[in-house]
This record gives sequence, structure tokens and C-alpha cells, in this order.
Amino acid sequence: MKTMQTEAAEARLGATMNAAKETKISARNVQVYYGDTHALRDVDVDLESRTVTAFIGPSGCGKSTFLRCLNRMNDTIDVARVEGEIKIDGEDIYDKQVDPVQLRAKVGMVFQKPNPFPKSIYDNIAYGPRIHGLARSKGDLDEIVERALRRGAIWEEVKDRLNAPGTGLSGGQQQRLCIARAVATEPEVLLMDEPCSALDPIATAKVEELIDELRENYTIVIVTHSMQQAARVSQRTAMFHLGELVEFGDTKTIFTNPSEKRTQDYITGRFG
Amino acid sequence: MTDATAVTGASAEARRPFVSLLAQDDHTKRRNAAEARFKAYGLGAVIIGLFFLVVLFVSIIANGLPAFTRMVVQLDFTLTQEQFDDAESKLLKTGAYQAYFVEGFDKALSERGVEVEYDAAALDRLIGKVGSIMRDFYLANPDKLGEEVVFDLPTSSRVDGYFNGRLKREDVSDSRFLQVTDLDLADELHEAGIIKSDFNWTFITGTDSGVDNPGGAGIGASVIGSFFMMVVVLVLSLPIGVAASIYLEEFAPKNWFTDLIEVNISNLAAVPSIVFGILGLAVFIQFAGLPQSAPLVGGLVLTLMTLPTIIISTRASLKAVPPSIRDAALGVGASKMQSVFHHVLPLAMPGILTGTIIGLAQALGETAPLLLIGMVGFVARGYPDNFLTGFTEANSAMPAQIYTWAARADASFYEKAWGGIIVLLLFLMTMNIIAIILRRRFERRW
Amino acid sequence: MPVHWIVLIVLALAVIGYVMGRQKALASAGGNIRDLHSLPSYYGSSVAIFTMVFSFLVLIVWLIAQPIVIENQVAGSIPPEAVREGSTLGLMMSDVRRVADGLDQAVSQGAMTSEDAASIRSEFTDVRDRLGAIGVALGSDVGPAVLRAAQHYRALNATGNLFMTIVVLGVALAGFGFALMRSHKDFRARNVVETTIRYILIGAASIAILTTIGIVLSLIFNTAEFFRLYAWTDFFFGTTWAPSFSGRGGSSELGFVPLLWGTLYISLIALAVSVPIGLFAAIYLSEYASPRMRSFAKPLIEVLAGIPTIVYGLFALLTVGPLLLSVFGDGGLGWMKAGTAVMTAGLVMGIMLIPFVSSLSDDIINAVPQAMRDGSLGLGATHSETVRQVVLPAALPGIVGAILLAASRAIGETMIVVLGAGAAAKLSLNPFEAMTTVTAKIVSQLTGDSDFASPEALVAFALGMTLFIITLGLNILALYIVRKYREQYE
Repeated sequence: MKTMQTEAAEARLGATMNAAKETKISARNVQVYYGDTHALRDVDVDLESRTVTAFIGPSGCGKSTFLRCLNRMNDTIDVARVEGEIKIDGEDIYDKQVDPVQLRAKVGMVFQKPNPFPKSIYDNIAYGPRIHGLARSKGDLDEIVERALRRGAIWEEVKDRLNAPGTGLSGGQQQRLCIARAVATEPEVLLMDEPCSALDPIATAKVEELIDELRENYTIVIVTHSMQQAARVSQRTAMFHLGELVEFGDTKTIFTNPSEKRTQDYITGRFG
Repeated sequence: MTDATAVTGASAEARRPFVSLLAQDDHTKRRNAAEARFKAYGLGAVIIGLFFLVVLFVSIIANGLPAFTRMVVQLDFTLTQEQFDDAESKLLKTGAYQAYFVEGFDKALSERGVEVEYDAAALDRLIGKVGSIMRDFYLANPDKLGEEVVFDLPTSSRVDGYFNGRLKREDVSDSRFLQVTDLDLADELHEAGIIKSDFNWTFITGTDSGVDNPGGAGIGASVIGSFFMMVVVLVLSLPIGVAASIYLEEFAPKNWFTDLIEVNISNLAAVPSIVFGILGLAVFIQFAGLPQSAPLVGGLVLTLMTLPTIIISTRASLKAVPPSIRDAALGVGASKMQSVFHHVLPLAMPGILTGTIIGLAQALGETAPLLLIGMVGFVARGYPDNFLTGFTEANSAMPAQIYTWAARADASFYEKAWGGIIVLLLFLMTMNIIAIILRRRFERRW
Repeated sequence: MPVHWIVLIVLALAVIGYVMGRQKALASAGGNIRDLHSLPSYYGSSVAIFTMVFSFLVLIVWLIAQPIVIENQVAGSIPPEAVREGSTLGLMMSDVRRVADGLDQAVSQGAMTSEDAASIRSEFTDVRDRLGAIGVALGSDVGPAVLRAAQHYRALNATGNLFMTIVVLGVALAGFGFALMRSHKDFRARNVVETTIRYILIGAASIAILTTIGIVLSLIFNTAEFFRLYAWTDFFFGTTWAPSFSGRGGSSELGFVPLLWGTLYISLIALAVSVPIGLFAAIYLSEYASPRMRSFAKPLIEVLAGIPTIVYGLFALLTVGPLLLSVFGDGGLGWMKAGTAVMTAGLVMGIMLIPFVSSLSDDIINAVPQAMRDGSLGLGATHSETVRQVVLPAALPGIVGAILLAASRAIGETMIVVLGAGAAAKLSLNPFEAMTTVTAKIVSQLTGDSDFASPEALVAFALGMTLFIITLGLNILALYIVRKYREQYE
């Protein structure tokens, strides 16, 4: 059994090996507590821009918790407390000066269950741009909505019924709508919390394809339970277990030649 | 995925210049200001709500507490047998007693070194007909003759009002009820400790006294009236409510009849209480010929009003008993009926009792239906003779009594009405506390 | 035989039946409980049930039917020419009942023998005097027709009671015998008992329906009677409310419009107070407040809902009214003449409704899934933007339902308006004027001195009918909306 320090060092090593791309998010010594439970400990990781990073690990390992730290969604939970340092573009997002509202505009999020608002498809997409004041005119807004829906790869399916309620779409369409909604505010980072867990295989394939295309413009972090999915869509993978970051590196390496026994056990299905 | 690739040329980052998270732009500042305002509105609403609560309670307590005290003229007084015989032999008997009383009064004043001018009429205005009070006392207690007796004679309601601030000296104009000089006398007596404040037992135990005697009005009889009504409500609504809930929750098939019952119950819960009063008047009094103003009728009407509440809460507690308990009972060969009565019902009992107490508390404070069945016009001058006549003899009830006092022209009754509210709220509070304790103690989480 | 004796006898029979049924079943099994189909107590209970249920049913039906039948018989026997000038058969019948009651009392007190009571003649004796002597006060002299009818009434009653005793006890005995005969070890006593209990449960559940029927019938008959005496167009479209005080005059104007206006105006003010405060309080408590604040403020606000309306009525009359008067009255702005006014009642009613709106809204806001909030917050919306643009629109149907329920409460509220709103029916826009409402007039028309058969009293039933229909409509609509809303998120 290796010590924690060496694990962290190896995780950092994995990050520096691919230094060709710039670092978008860097986390140092992150701790998360839910009340008295220490849910996440000593996470050090650097996420690169325009890369899909997958967080894998068994349920309750802290991967979603860490994801929610990246846009401070944990602020909405009364008992949650975050320590350590998370920097995006070199700025500490837990700095007192930072307004989580502005942060979340920059770091969008897609949730496990599709959660369209009980509004029309158009209003679902236009919601973000409206509150952030991104559109100067109705024409502007129409353009933003269309662009977002195209990016969400759902434009063709809904362009004739933009005024229909978003809740009337199928599950897969709803999730792509939610991705389009997240994209509409022009974030730089997209966080996806098991975006396909509520979808059937066909819808999942579409969403995965979409994620691959979005990689060109966004830094994407995806939490997933499915090893295959992580292997398919991500370039980098972080493995979490019991609130610790076990291993971080190139997806290929992690899946073919993991340096940690726990990673190997998880990937081969011995636990989780 | 043709539509996605069409727009990938423009990068999100390329189009937007780097914006630091550390400084808020104007738009965000405005949004945060709106956020703060919105939160303030919410907090404001909560504070306003609590403020109203405080105002209500301050107003109840400040106005109602004086009803529990009264000013009495306290005097040690001895009447000998000879004086008694002498007074009884006179033509104007009460006058004779009055003279003795004035004598004793003078003595008491000089003992305390107080010198005031007064006449017998002023005394009468202060404490009512002294002579007849004395005479009634000694006729009823001849053994007290020759002994020293401490008299607590209640002052007139105006003098009472003067001391508790209801009546201002500036507002007093001389009348046969009160003269300004009487107030000087009252002040002197108060300083001398002859007029003092005393707990007003009459208000707690007394009966309503009629429109001209606010001082003697008490809430006791109507408490008894309310008690008999609550007995009727409890005896009827608990078994009926529980039986109805058991049927609906455990046995009712899903059909139109069950739906009809369900719709009826949820609607009855929201029918205005005055409509139940009309029902009581038309069905119980006009059609069935039950006596007006009787606690029995009030109890019947309130039972019908309370039933939906009890049924709704009972069903909730039955629903909270997990199906596994029923399955376990059925599994050892109990009939459905046995599983319900032996297992489910006992487990749901604390919840049912809590709901019943809360329903009773609601019924206790209900006024509007009582207006229509004649409980308001009735002046509850006495207590019922025995337990059975308590149900059928005309009586008042607490809320009806409060309304009667509030509707009287004499403002002195307002104080009684507020005092009555304190008594009523004390009962309600006790019931709710019992319900809370029951819930805390027996609440079971499955 | 008096009714309570019959009841006691039947109960005693039931107890005996319980013991005997139990013993007989046990005996048939040779004392071995295991040979019985049901537990021994079920055999006893089945006998007791058969003894009681049918006999009590007969008793109840008889008690309801007998007075009606006898009434008709006696009324039919009174010759039409005996009805005095200016009186009606109905009034005469109430005299008959009173005289009959008086004779009953006289007999029970021993002032008359029962033969006396049956044969006494008004031609020879002053019945009113004799009854007065034992404390039965009669309003008018007792004429021969009335006296004879009363004696007829007593005779019929006596026969009726005798037959009732015989029939009821007979039914009880028959049930007793039948059930006891069946009490044998193979008899499925438990099923019989359980079926009976089941019917009792159904009966209890049906009381809700009976209550509604009772309400509807008591409203309909009297309302129909009212519309026979008073044109319905004048009632629904009349703009003046001026009942004559004589109680029997035909000069009353009973227009519904001013009452409806007063009701709606007061309810509107009440909603204007309670909806914003209640809604914002609910939003704050469910979205912003810390758990500690919530656990402290929520129950306190709900205390307002547990306070009886009479307290609010007094609060309106004696605290709020004078307070408003000192600001808006002659000493202040001069808009208000007296403490009782639309504003007083509306304000206090609004306070009463705050917890009603807030706790209903609180439930509904909490029913909006957290995923909805997360979605909005994740896009960078502020909390208030989330609440206003996502949570509230999602909760809107439920909140509308809650407001409708509150409106129905406001319209049906009685004590606050009786004490706080005034008594004059007016069509005015000034909220500082005294106006009155449907409920307040129901109270005043039915508690006054007017005769129950006069339009002035009967109008209260028409008012009650309208009130019932309005609130019923609101309730059904509101419950429907709320239920639909709940289903959406379940």
C-alpha cells in the first residue's frame, strides 16, 4: 500500500506529463465536509482546457462532490464546507470576491436527470442569456437560441416547435436540451454529472457524440459510472475512491495499464 | 451531427474576452442588488407576520388582564346580635344596615388616621347597595353575628374602571352612577389601603350577569356549556371519525361511492362554518325539535364540522402504519378486520388522538354556528342542575359568551370579553400542548 | 314506555344474548374451543348484534315517522272552519302541540289525572288557567277545537308509543331467538360479526354524504319558500338591502348585490394583505431561512391560524378599528366615520389568512423538485432569479389553488365581519366606509326577532345557499387544481 503523498505525487505527475495543453482548472489540497463527514480529502488535480476529463469511481466516492466544487454548487447545501484551493484561469474561485453567480456563468453544469424548466423550449434556452444579459435584442436572442440548439445537436428536432414545453420532449432530447441550455450562456467549462445515467443506449450514443464535438470549444468534466463511456469520450481520467483521488492520467493509460491496484480492481469489476 | 459542426468555427473563448471572476461587472452588481432586495422582502414578510402576532397578543393581554382583578373595599366589621335584631325590626331594614356599616367604616377610617368627607350615597355609588349586601350576608350566615368578619366588597364597575385606566378622570361627569368627588374619596381610600386590588374569582366561577352588571359577569357558566359541547363532540366525532377513516383507508373499494364520500369530506372541510349553523338551525332545531341554545345541539353541529378534520388526520395516521404490519397479521391467519383492529389501529392511536385534540380545539373556538342555534342571545345566568340537564338546558359557550359581551353597549363588558379570550386561549393552548406532547412521545418513524 | 327504558331493555337483552350465545356455541362443541369455527366471543357478539341492530333501526325510523304521521292525522281532523281568523293551520298546530305538552306535564306532576286530561272540556274549565297553575304558560286562550285536537294528539301518541314498544321489543326478541338458534359450532359467527362491523363503518363514512345532503336540503327548502314570497330577480339583481323591521311587512327590499359587493370588497382587501405577506414569508422560510430560523418562525406564524375567529373579531372591533379611526378618522385624514369598516375587517381577515396562504404555499414550493433549482443555479442564476423565474412558475397552479382556498375562507368568514365590518349594506368604493357581507346578514336575519316564515328570515337561507354554492365552486376548483399540480410532480 502506498502512502498518500506518493499517490498525490503520481497524480501530479500525470498532470504534468500532458503539459502540452494549458491548465484550465487546478485544485490543490481540496477537502469537503458534509457536516461531520469528511467527504473528500486532499484532492490535487489539474484539468486541461479543451479536453474531456472523466471522473470515475464507485458510488459515494466523492466524484460528484468534487464536480460540484468546481462551480460552487455545494454552496447551496447548508451543511457542506469546502477547504483548499481551486483555481480557474489562475483565479481562486473560493475567494471572497468571487460571485458564484458569475462563476457559474463561466462554468456550466448538466445534471444527472434531465431537468428542463416547465417552460417552452425557447424559454429554456433563453433563460441563461436573459439573466446574464447576453442579448441586446430579440434578434440577438433568437440567434443565441438557435446557435445553442445547434450545438446541442437538437435544432433539427425542435426547430418547428420552439414554443412547445420542454418537458414534453423525450428523455434523450431533454438531456440534449439541457446541454444546449448550459451552452447558451457561453461557458468555458462544462460540468456533466452522469449525464447519460437516465437515458437509453441510443440517446446515450447521441449525447456522447455531442460531448466529443463540444470538446473543441469547451473544457469538459464528466462524472460517469460507465467505464465504457469514460473510455469512449474522455482523454483524461481521474479515479476516485472513498473520498480520495486514487489515480489521474491519460484515459488510455488508466484503462490499459493502471498504476494503482484499486483502479485495476475497479476497472475489472472487482468492486464498485 | 451536421448542425453542430456548422457553428464550431467560433470558439466560445475566442469570442469572449477574459473576464476576471474577482471583480463583479455592473450587470452582476445589479442582479445581486435585486437578490438582496428580494431576500429583504421575504424577511420583511416574516417579520410583519410575527409583528401581527405580537400586536394581537399584546392587545389581548393588555386589555384582558384587568378582567382578572377587581378593586374591593376591604373592611373588618362586626355586627352584634342586638344590632341585627334591631335592624331587622326596622321598617327600612337595609337603611339600618347601611347606618351600621357607615359606623364601622368611620371607625376603620379613624383607625387608619384618614379624614375624608363623604356621604352614604357616595358609598352606595362606590360599592353598590351596601345595606342589602350586609343584610343578605347576615341572613345567610347568622352564626357570624358578633364575630369580626372581613368584607371584600367589590367596587362599582366605574370605580373599577377608574383604577385600571379604562375611565379617565377628565371624562367623568356627575351622574347618579358616579360623581367626580367620589373619585377623590376612592383615591384616599386606595391610599389608606381600604380599597385594594384583589383577584376576581367572580370572573372565573361566575355566571353572566345581564346587561347592567358588568362587574358581576363571569365566564364560569359558559365554560361549563363549552365543556358539555366538547363532551358531545368527543363522544360522537372520535368513534364516527375513526370508523369512517378505517373504512376509507382499509376497506373501501375503488368505486363511485367511495369517490363520492371522499369528495364530500374534502368539501365539508372547507364549507364556511356559518353554513353548518344554518344546518343546525334547520335540521336539529326546526326539524328534529331539539331545544334551542342547548349544548347538545351545539355539540352536534360542531361534531359535523369537526368530523372532516378528524377523518383527514386519522387517515394520515393509518396510512403511516406500514403495510408490512398488516401483512404480518394476515400472514398468521388473522382476518382483515382483526388485522386492522388488533394491529393497525393501536399503532395509529397516538396520531388519531393528536388529530382529535386539535379538532376539538378548533371546535372549542368556533363561534359562528353557535350564533344561529341561539347560544348567543341566551344569558347564562346559572349552572346546570345535574350532568344530564347540562346537555339539554340552555346555556352559553365560551366563544358565544365573548361575542355576547363584545356586542353589549356598555364598554365595561369589553374588558370581560378580552378576559374571556384569555381563558379561551389558555384552554386552546393546553389542548395543543397536550397534542404536541402526545406527538413527541409516541411518534414512531418507520 | 319511555324511549330510554326501551333502549335499556334492548341493551340488557343484548348482554344476556352475548352470554347465552357464547355458552350455547361452547356447549355445542363440548367445551372445546378448537372445534368452533370462530372464537367464542364472536358467537356472543352475533347474538347481541342481532338483538340490537334491527330493533334500534326500527326504533329510530319509528321515532322519526311517528310525529309526522300523527301531525298529519291531527291536522286533518281539525275542521277548516275551526281555524281562527288571521291564523293558519300551522300556527294552530303549534298551539295544539303546546297544549298537549302542557297536559302531559300536568299529568306527570299529578295536577290532573290522565282521565281528566283526556276528558277535560274548555267549555267548562279554563284550561289556560289550570295549566298556568303548574307552570305551563300558554300564549292564548285554549279554544275547544285546539283542546280536542290536543287530546286527540295525546291519544294517538299514547297508542303510537304502545305499538312502538311492542314492535321494537318484538324485533329485539326475534333477533335474539334467531341468532341464538344459529349459535352452533359450525356457524360462521366471525363472518357475521365482521360483516356487521363493515356496515357500521360504511355507515360512519356515509355521514359525510348525509351532512352534505342535510346542508343542501335545509338550504333548498327554505330558499324555495323564500322565492315563493319574494321574486328571485329582485333578490339577485336588487341593489338595495333594506329589510323592514316589523318582521312581517311586505315592504322589505332584499337586494343581494350590496351584500355581495361588501363580501367581495372585504375579501379582496384580505387577499391583498395575506397573499403578498404569506407568499413572501413562505418563500423566505422555504428558500432562504436557516433551519433554526425556520423551526422557530414557521410554528409562530402558524399560531395565527389556530386563534379562533372570535378573537380576530374582537381584535378588529376594539383594537384595529379604533387605531385606523385615529389615523383615517376625523382627527386624521377624515375618510373614516367609525371604527367598523371594510378596511378594518379586511385587514384583520388578511392577518388571519397569512398562515393559511403561507403554509399552503410552503408545501407547494417544497414540492417543486430540487433538480429544477439546481438547473437554474447551475446556469448562474441568482437565488431570487431561480425563485421568481423557475420555482414560482412551476408552483403557480398550486399557489393559485391556495389563493382560491384562501378566498373561499375569506368569503365564508363570519365573526370578523359581524364585529368589524359594520351593519349597513352599501354600494361604495370607499374602503373606510362600513359595509356588510352575506355572512353578517345571515347572522342578523336569523338572530333577530322576525318570524321564521317571513321573507326577512327566509332570505338568510337564500343567502346561505348562494354562499354555499360560491364557496363550493371555489373549493372544488381549488382542490382540483392543487391535485393536478401534485400529480405533476409525483
